[in-house]
Amino acid sequence: MIRYTLTRLALLLLGLIVASVLIFLTLRVLPGDIAQLIAGVNSSPGQAAAIRERLGLDRPLPLQYLDWIGGVLRGDLGRSLLTGSSVTGQLAEKAQVTVPLGLMSLTIAVLFSVPLGVLSAMRRGRADGTAMSVGAQTLAAVPVVWAGMMLVVVFAVWLGWLPAQGFPRAGWQDPGAAFRALLLPALTIGIVEGAMLLRFVRSATLQAVGQDYVRTAAAKGLTRDRALIRHGLPVVGLSVITVLGLQVAGIIVGAVVIEQLFSLPGIGRMLVDDVSARDLPKVQGELLALTGFVLIVGFLVDLVHRVIDPRQREAT
Amino acid sequence: MSDPSTGSGTTTGSATDAVARRSRWRWLRRLWQLSTGRFGIIVVLVVLATAVTAGLWTPFDPQQVEISNRWAAPGWPHLLGTDGSGRDILSLIMAGARTTVFVAIGAGVVATVIGIALAALGALTARWMRESVAVFVDILIAFPVLIIAMMISAVWGGSLAVVIWSVGIGFGVNIARVTRPELRRVLHSDFVLAGRASGLTPLQNLMRHLLPNVAPVFIVQLSWAMAVAVLAEAGLSYLGFGAPVTEPSWGLLLAELQQYITIHPLSVVWPGLAITITVLGLNLLGDALRDATDPTLSRGRDRLHPPRGAIRHVPEVVA
Amino acid sequence: MSLVVQDLTVDIAGRRVVDGVSFEVPDGARVGLIGESGSGKSLTALAVLGLLPDGAEASGSVRWNGRELIGLADRELATLRGDEIGIVFQEPRTALNPIRTVGRQIAESIRIHEGVSKKDAAARAIAEAARVALPDPERIVARYPHQLSGGQRQRVAIAMALACRPRLLIADEPTTALDVTIQAEILELMLSLVKNDGMSLVFITHDLAVLSQIATHGVVLEDGRVVEDAPVSQLLTTPSSPVTAGLLRDATATLWRPGGAE
Repeated sequence: MIRYTLTRLALLLLGLIVASVLIFLTLRVLPGDIAQLIAGVNSSPGQAAAIRERLGLDRPLPLQYLDWIGGVLRGDLGRSLLTGSSVTGQLAEKAQVTVPLGLMSLTIAVLFSVPLGVLSAMRRGRADGTAMSVGAQTLAAVPVVWAGMMLVVVFAVWLGWLPAQGFPRAGWQDPGAAFRALLLPALTIGIVEGAMLLRFVRSATLQAVGQDYVRTAAAKGLTRDRALIRHGLPVVGLSVITVLGLQVAGIIVGAVVIEQLFSLPGIGRMLVDDVSARDLPKVQGELLALTGFVLIVGFLVDLVHRVIDPRQREAT
Repeated sequence: MSDPSTGSGTTTGSATDAVARRSRWRWLRRLWQLSTGRFGIIVVLVVLATAVTAGLWTPFDPQQVEISNRWAAPGWPHLLGTDGSGRDILSLIMAGARTTVFVAIGAGVVATVIGIALAALGALTARWMRESVAVFVDILIAFPVLIIAMMISAVWGGSLAVVIWSVGIGFGVNIARVTRPELRRVLHSDFVLAGRASGLTPLQNLMRHLLPNVAPVFIVQLSWAMAVAVLAEAGLSYLGFGAPVTEPSWGLLLAELQQYITIHPLSVVWPGLAITITVLGLNLLGDALRDATDPTLSRGRDRLHPPRGAIRHVPEVVA
Repeated sequence: MSLVVQDLTVDIAGRRVVDGVSFEVPDGARVGLIGESGSGKSLTALAVLGLLPDGAEASGSVRWNGRELIGLADRELATLRGDEIGIVFQEPRTALNPIRTVGRQIAESIRIHEGVSKKDAAARAIAEAARVALPDPERIVARYPHQLSGGQRQRVAIAMALACRPRLLIADEPTTALDVTIQAEILELMLSLVKNDGMSLVFITHDLAVLSQIATHGVVLEDGRVVEDAPVSQLLTTPSSPVTAGLLRDATATLWRPGGAE
């Protein structure tokens, strides 16, 4: 177990390094002179040179990279080119929107997909089972933007129950309003991601149905449904945990788009704005944070999976 | 059928070759028999046909602005109505299909090339290279397609190429991950060794044994990759990193119509439906391809019955 | 305690895989169902217990102590399974839940039908493990299936099937997937357990030699139909059906003994 953890940790670090190098290189690969671009077309060479020096762009590439990494390890993810604000600070501020949004979405996705996925597998071949399966397939094909729009039309425009946009100025000091603001966005992401998860749960359950040990459990005296639930599902649960890592990545992607749609001042929207503004240092820091987050979640999920599954607890 | 690693009761021997040859094209027939396969094929054909038609003719010029006729309800002559500038929505959808097809095929090509290259590198080269590629691929898997798209957009600005390349890279890596073990397995299988023994050149060997075994898995991934490409185009165009404003795109249409959602809520239905149906068709096609090409399914899901006649092989000797 | 099967038919996806099978298992008898792969013998057994795969339909009559089982609700059948009729399957590798200890799985058999506490059931499980001659029963109950050998796993399966002392044991090719050296041990174990308890036995196999060691009566199946139904000694010496003759030729030479089991 220790050895497994250390191996995965080493891979995690390797992944972070590769990611950081890739991000760094991609954003430095721009043809033309960044400093010139920032200074503007009509600036003097002196201005461009000053900017170049300030950003450290005249130093050799590997050194620039190390500078950046050094800062990251100290907690400094860089500064915005345009406003000078700290990336770390901005991330922390916007996280109060995105993190709850992500958690709510994940909860909704799991609550929605697991029972329905299992049910649709158990009712396979019957009308309701097929309907669930077809429904899930369709929902998984819906672009998350459009799903959001449709939900807005129904719940905000027609019913007026929830806000169509925005996040309260007071933030979480007004928890009721904040929650209501995030509900529709979280529902959107949760349902679309949940539909994908449902397909997976369904196929995992179908596999479980065919498993011999489920049949053995029924042979011992459990009803067939009970046998499936008691013996088939835990193994299904195990595979769901494996997929959870992918779900997180999907939720992040959904959040980027949904925050735009609902005008939520979160990390996703900030990323989009920064990319549009070509605020490269800021984008660099944000991308590294996001990728790092995804990699770390993957690492943790691997560990949890390993701990829970007795088949893997011993090194073979 | 020619898969040596599937469980119970696989027949071996020269009879398998004949069966394998026949079954090579049987998957197509089976694909059509599946309802998912039928739906997928029909959707793909319809979208392709629309794209091709739109290149030659649309009911109206999609860019033609007619302010006096804004927000017309669906009817005649605008079958799906008009948008805020009086443009015909049906024509916009038809033209958008071209962008969608372009992106899907482009992403598919890029994913194929990258996928095969990485898979080959990860299967056919020296050990250190293979291990590095494996690790590299595992790391890249963690990069969501959107992140890749953002990185590229930040540098080069948004465009359809961004969509194509990010989906291509993201899925190419996925394809590599799935295809590489297949490659390795087949490389070391008896068929290949036998082929070499019977005097085939390495290339012929590769083609005859490698391709048929790897192709099914590959095509399934490709189908799903194209579905992701369509979704990615929609999302990225909506964000402004995809299709430029001059190109007709379903994602852009969504973005444009969104602003008026409170007054004309149902106008967004059309581009959304178009995207959903296309993605659904591609997804189901991928699922159907997977079911149709799965060798274990050709014997039916009956685990209790190994293939008939599998046992009678003991000679006439009696104790 | 007798099992009477009459005109049993099983259809899967429109195909008739068991076609009008009839046979009897009187109290205390040991009957073999024998045939090649695909002859419908396993499905016959599964039909008795209502364990047919999804999409399969059974019709006809299966009477257990006069009670009709075909068409019975799953809830009712479940009370019989394990308690009055036990079954052991062919593949020990997949028949056990991989993420539960074997002790818990044996104990579950007991707890389903008898309202004993967890502790008592665990103690009983150890006793059952000893009964099937598992080595070091107290330690082995804490093991997971993947830590046991094939023969040991099959013993666990037998323990699970017999824990509630059923009156009838159905064994579906229990030794086919095992090493030849282990096969004889498992056969002996089953024979002694069945004889000691006076259980009836339905033993399914494709190997006449194996059958001769454990059953007294044999029902030969081909293509879902009964082609011969006779005492084992007769099947071995004067088979009336060409199918039986073929099975005789295929039988493993080393285990073949004239006269068969008693």
